[in-house]
Amino acid sequence: MTTTTTPTPVSRDGAGPTAASGGTRAPRQGSGRSEGGVLVYLVALLVVALTLGPVLYAVLGGFRSNAQLASAPAGLPDPWVFDNYRRVLTESAFWTYAVNSVAVAAITTVVTVVCGLMAAYPLARYQFRWREPLFMVFVVGLLFPATVAIIPLFILVTRDLGIGNTWWGVALPQAAFALPMTIVILRPFLMAIPREMEEAAIVDGASRLQFFWRVLLPLSAPGAVTVGVLAFVGSWNAYLLPLLLLRGDMKTLPLGVADFSSQYSSDTAGVFAFTTLAMIPALIFFLAMQKRIVNGLQGAVKG
Amino acid sequence: MTALPVPSRGTTPPAGRDTRPAGGRRRDWRMAAEIVVFTAPALLLFAVFVVWPILRAVQFSLYRWKGFGPLVDFVGLQNYVAVLTDEVFTGAVGHNLIIVVASILIQLPLGLAIALLLNRRMRGQGMLRTIIFVPYVLSEVIAGVVWFQLLQPGRGVIEAMLGTVGLAGPFQGFLGTPSLALPTLVVVLTWKYVGLAVLLFLAGLQGVPDELSEAAQIDGASWWQTQWRVTIPLLGPTIRMWAFLSMIGSLQLFDMVWILTGGGPANATTTMATFLVNEGTKRQNYGIAAAASVVLFVIALLMAVLYQRFVLRRDTADADVTRGVR
Repeated sequence: MTTTTTPTPVSRDGAGPTAASGGTRAPRQGSGRSEGGVLVYLVALLVVALTLGPVLYAVLGGFRSNAQLASAPAGLPDPWVFDNYRRVLTESAFWTYAVNSVAVAAITTVVTVVCGLMAAYPLARYQFRWREPLFMVFVVGLLFPATVAIIPLFILVTRDLGIGNTWWGVALPQAAFALPMTIVILRPFLMAIPREMEEAAIVDGASRLQFFWRVLLPLSAPGAVTVGVLAFVGSWNAYLLPLLLLRGDMKTLPLGVADFSSQYSSDTAGVFAFTTLAMIPALIFFLAMQKRIVNGLQGAVKG
Repeated sequence: MTALPVPSRGTTPPAGRDTRPAGGRRRDWRMAAEIVVFTAPALLLFAVFVVWPILRAVQFSLYRWKGFGPLVDFVGLQNYVAVLTDEVFTGAVGHNLIIVVASILIQLPLGLAIALLLNRRMRGQGMLRTIIFVPYVLSEVIAGVVWFQLLQPGRGVIEAMLGTVGLAGPFQGFLGTPSLALPTLVVVLTWKYVGLAVLLFLAGLQGVPDELSEAAQIDGASWWQTQWRVTIPLLGPTIRMWAFLSMIGSLQLFDMVWILTGGGPANATTTMATFLVNEGTKRQNYGIAAAASVVLFVIALLMAVLYQRFVLRRDTADADVTRGVR
């Protein structure tokens, strides 16, 4: 599954039969998208404005005072106020929440990727009787959202395992619920590695385990990164499970944002500053990983 | 040489356990051990944190239980009767279904239109894709908190903008007016999720060979005809799977509702998930909450099975074709 970044135009707007059949298969660049051009850019501009508007408004709102926001809700910062951001960074529990978010997401990601790769390997490349039924267990798992099991999960983690208010208490269930998707994406990935490679490795005296370590793992790195990013995003954005399990200093950023917003709901500027700071690192990371995320979702879609 | 692990592509050949030469028993054991060791961590996690809680949910749903002491008060299907006759819950089911349908009806044409428009050589293409992806990668909580502020009655920017064109927002705000809360929620969800549809459709469009639409155009098809008759049908598998993801997501909707309205006003936006969390954590009605979660699961499963049976079957039947396109 490859997604190239360069888009291949399927058709050119307004390119009627004459334009397209201009004899030679003209290089794509030259033959034009003619009349539709302006309209397309206008629509694109509108889409951008609607998409980014609320986000930019929050970012800029953080640079305004509440008085400014009240007197001219649609205005720009005038003058620019840095106090909201300063307050959030120095006086709130922002950093505590951020550390928790990173820790929970990191544990979730590592557990998901390690367990997922290990399980996907025999499911992809060993021949055994229970292979397909075993795989089906995980496929069916795709249908179980954490929401369905949330109450028993809460009781299991807090009472039976006693890890209620801890990083692991959130990360382990999150990893468990991320596993089906991970295995469904990774298995075809591992299957696609040519058999000849395996034969060559075995002819060279490698055992299956050595083949797994030396050949398969390095080759499956792109797939592992994709499922890792998906697991990280899922954990970073998670709300329901942390909401039930984490309290006080153990809270993650989404909980912190929601708390801050309900505690200081009249301090709109402060809420915008907190929200902006909470989204910026994630936004940079996730947008950098955009292709991986789309690849992963597509993989799940086409699996 | 024992039964070499035979990698197979796509189709699964019947397990060739009879073709094994004699004397491979020791290696069979070794392979079995490897399989167990490799799959054990995943299976253990899955059993403890997915299967067990779900079985417990079914068990809880048969008892009246406030969370203290042993499960003794067996009430049979009473919790289910209570849930299914509770107007708040049936209302919640209705809201979930409205969100499922509205999400698809709004995001599909919108996503398709944007994807088709963007699927051409133009400046800033990559930038545009990234921007469209922004709402999707934000957490529902962050998106919800921002929209909550934008929609604040009296001082939110949306009312201010309506004011400049002479319109007034509803007195109690968009989220505080029972008849407007659900439509407003759908608008925010559209903002958050249409980007995913666009990106998946764009990725799918890359699998549509240029030659086909070029051929259609040579045959005299207009741009619209080409899109409608050639491109969109070829996008079918992508669209159908996107709709499936969207549907499952809508049925489980929780975060956004919890942040924006908490299920209110007057239960106008309650979903199955907010209902069961409310019953479970706020009122300690674990039996009722469990029954609601089982009903949620059954509805999701039914829809998934029906969708698989009637919509996706074609795709799995010609999976090799799509794979080739991919």
